[in-house]
Amino acid sequence: MIARWTRVGVAALGVAVVLAVSGCGGNSTTGAGGGASPQPGTSSAGVTGSVTVFAAASLTESFTQIGKDFEAANPGSKVTFNFAGSSALATQINQGAPADVFASAAPANMKTVTDAGNADGSPTTFVKNQLVIAVPKGNPKGITGLSDLTKPGVKVALCAAQVPCGTAANTALTAAGVKLTPVTLEQDVKSALSKVKLGEVDAALVYRTDAKAASSDVDGLEFPESAKAINEYPMVVLKNAPNKTAAQAFVAYVQSDKGKAVLTQAGFQAP
Amino acid sequence: MSTVEDREVGAQRPVPIAAPRYRAGTGRVPVALLVPALVGLAFLVLPLLGLIVRAPWSTLLQRLTEPGILTALRLTLETATLATVVSVALGVPLAWLLARVEFPGRRVVRALVTVPLVLPPVVGGVALLLVLGRKGLLGSWLDTTFGVTLPFTTTGVVLAEAFVAMPFLIIAVEGALRGADTRYEEAAATLGAGRWTTFRRVTIPLVAPGIAAGAVLCWARALGEFGATITFAGNFPGVTQTMPLAVYQTLEGGDLDGAIVLSLILLVVSVTILASLRDKWITSP
Amino acid sequence: MNDTLSGTGEALLDAHLVVERDRFRLDATLSIAPGEVVALLGPNGAGKTTALRALAGLLPLTAGHIRLGGEILDDPARRTWVPPERRHVGVVFQDYLLFPHLSALDNVAFGPRSYGMNRLESRQRAAAWLRRVGLSDKARAKPRHLSGGQAQRVALARALAVDPPLLLLDEPLAALDAGTRMDTRAELHRHLGEHPGATLLVTHDPLDALVLADRLVVIENGQIVQEGDAATVTAQPRTDYVARLVGLNLYRGLAHDRTVRIGPDFSLSVAEAAEGDVFVAFPPTAVALHAREPEGSPRNVWPATIDTIQRHGDNLRVQISGPVTAAADITPAAASQLRLASGQQVWAAVKAVETRIYPAASRRSMPTPPPDATPAPSSGGTNRPTLAARQAREPWQP
Repeated sequence: MIARWTRVGVAALGVAVVLAVSGCGGNSTTGAGGGASPQPGTSSAGVTGSVTVFAAASLTESFTQIGKDFEAANPGSKVTFNFAGSSALATQINQGAPADVFASAAPANMKTVTDAGNADGSPTTFVKNQLVIAVPKGNPKGITGLSDLTKPGVKVALCAAQVPCGTAANTALTAAGVKLTPVTLEQDVKSALSKVKLGEVDAALVYRTDAKAASSDVDGLEFPESAKAINEYPMVVLKNAPNKTAAQAFVAYVQSDKGKAVLTQAGFQAP
Repeated sequence: MSTVEDREVGAQRPVPIAAPRYRAGTGRVPVALLVPALVGLAFLVLPLLGLIVRAPWSTLLQRLTEPGILTALRLTLETATLATVVSVALGVPLAWLLARVEFPGRRVVRALVTVPLVLPPVVGGVALLLVLGRKGLLGSWLDTTFGVTLPFTTTGVVLAEAFVAMPFLIIAVEGALRGADTRYEEAAATLGAGRWTTFRRVTIPLVAPGIAAGAVLCWARALGEFGATITFAGNFPGVTQTMPLAVYQTLEGGDLDGAIVLSLILLVVSVTILASLRDKWITSP
Repeated sequence: MNDTLSGTGEALLDAHLVVERDRFRLDATLSIAPGEVVALLGPNGAGKTTALRALAGLLPLTAGHIRLGGEILDDPARRTWVPPERRHVGVVFQDYLLFPHLSALDNVAFGPRSYGMNRLESRQRAAAWLRRVGLSDKARAKPRHLSGGQAQRVALARALAVDPPLLLLDEPLAALDAGTRMDTRAELHRHLGEHPGATLLVTHDPLDALVLADRLVVIENGQIVQEGDAATVTAQPRTDYVARLVGLNLYRGLAHDRTVRIGPDFSLSVAEAAEGDVFVAFPPTAVALHAREPEGSPRNVWPATIDTIQRHGDNLRVQISGPVTAAADITPAAASQLRLASGQQVWAAVKAVETRIYPAASRRSMPTPPPDATPAPSSGGTNRPTLAARQAREPWQP
């Protein structure tokens, strides 16, 4: 009898521990800092509190760095990110996901958020990005331009049409007059890139920044038509932001010299 | 002989026994079971009702005639059925091996076989890529020797679905085989039937209901598979975009109504098929 | 399918079965001629089923051999073992084990089909066999729709449909109720008589053995303790078990002339003269009970105490204890003259002419006495175990 209750007690304790731990953890996909979530407010050194940023996948590396810099400049603050395809993020925001800032890879996706009345003020464009052809290191299939992508035996991954890099890719392909049938339509640019990294596809149309970030695994090939499909990246503080002060501070930081340096380093172009 | 003498010493008047816990009128279902059962039912059914209620009934008809939908539906049903066929062809012998043959490490093998059940499907997809992808352990050999690559093909979808669904079948069939009476197989042997004949004419027919039940589970799981499919086989309409992938893409594209319509179609088709499977084919005699 | 039968009358089945399992050891020699029906009789746990399974190929021998019609089926010394599906041995199982998903016809056709006949021919053959057992109208029925007796007949037809040179039956009538058993037993007797091959019938029911078999082989604790035709075995039981089965009082003692010394203070006078180690047997009906010491002819008289009383047909069977224990059958009339109650003192009397005496030693070596003599439940009648018969295992040494 005692043994049975002991087992039940241990099990209950285990469940309680799991719940407590999961409650303490953040609910974001990546974190740029650790520690408990402080209360919002402004200290003499800067803003405090946690900021949740929904940002396009192509901003992963640069925004993660910016987040760390922001936390260093604002002790007591914590930036958490949700990187995904811009269309997915827009949908989540419109469905009520708790975010402070939205940085999109294309104006179209930002528009769905502003049209739904979820933006606080008007978005500002903070960088631009251009497409390159990502190929596995060494360019085994000898791709030189968009037309090479239609050669028989060449497998290409594109982003799905509703994702900014997908729209841009289609624009560029149309401008080049190239009719391309990809083998897969990925949900965000990082997935397309990973297919190249794995060697499953011979090429993918991704951003210059993505190719640069993965330069040890892929080569990024410039092509002229990319200039016709440049993506402008808007960013905005959200209307229902839990920590508006810190959100605005973050947006300002991204556009400051320090933020711009990180973005340029990554390969983004000035707006 | 008088009645006084007949009465036994110490006889007592009959005491009424305690009344039953529940009155006969409520039937034989105890409340302690009924309440959780109803809660469970509500939990499972209400979200489905939500789908139905929120569906864009006004635009439903015109959406249904969109060309991509039928393609996705056909692809989904075909791949799920093929994946089930593959699972049965490979899973039944494996289940037989696990149930009937004593070999060292059997328990480990059984645990390994159920790993796809606990593995997140996306991880399963990545694992498949590492083995069967173009640069994978086996896949590179396939590519150089036969020029065959599996990712981004419908075959890849079938493989991804079979990977996640086969363990269901194996578990169901192994259970059925363990419960089956092996004496019939002895009888068949004394009648001159070799091991293969016995397996074919006696063992399998006796566990056929278990195999059918496992196949149904397997088919249902394959139908709904998403993570492994999108990771291993990719996402392209008509080739690899099954209904779950189409729903996801539509939803992420912001078209909630479209996603609901696709979901409803999948729901109606699968419920129709599952409900039409006669009970007696699945339950043991 | 009939090519393994020999017509010379010599043994078709020649087997020396040695099987060692856990703490049990079976060591039995069996030989059966074509057309002969041998019953393997013994209590539960004696090894009958082990012997049957070894013959069928469902259990490998530890030592010994099995030869059927000249072909070696199992010989561990020569590392020969033929699997059951190649043995051509027909088995009727205790639970029949008819395939539930096949009709009666397809059940019977299963054997011929496995041997290579095509479906049409095997079904024709099966139909012929079903006619022989009188179940043509049940050809399409599934086993769950057959009665016990019908299932038994289908199982028999199924085993015989391939003309096996050796037919094994495991308690073929055990699953039937008393009424069906009688009819089925008679029918089985007919079919077994028609079977040209050898037949081994495993049973714990002596009536089955007596009716169906030409020869009885009694097995206890893995050893054969007695063998012979039905009449001999039942008239001259050599073990407690058989004695109980056939309802005799059995004692073992040292004979000198017409006296047999059974215990230190007890002797029986018998009808024939004999010397040495002997069995003495007399039926319960030979035991008369008297309230007072009788005078007159009976030479065997002893004081006894009543243990139990039971009805036994129209008579009463009284178990008595004393210098020896015995069972006595008395008529109700005789009973009315005695006061029959447990613990009552009576005098038992047995006429010498009613005793039967036969040598205890035989060509077969005597089995070692089992350490634990738990009586097996008898199924035939209401025979109660006689303690004296258990005593008889150790011959009294003067």
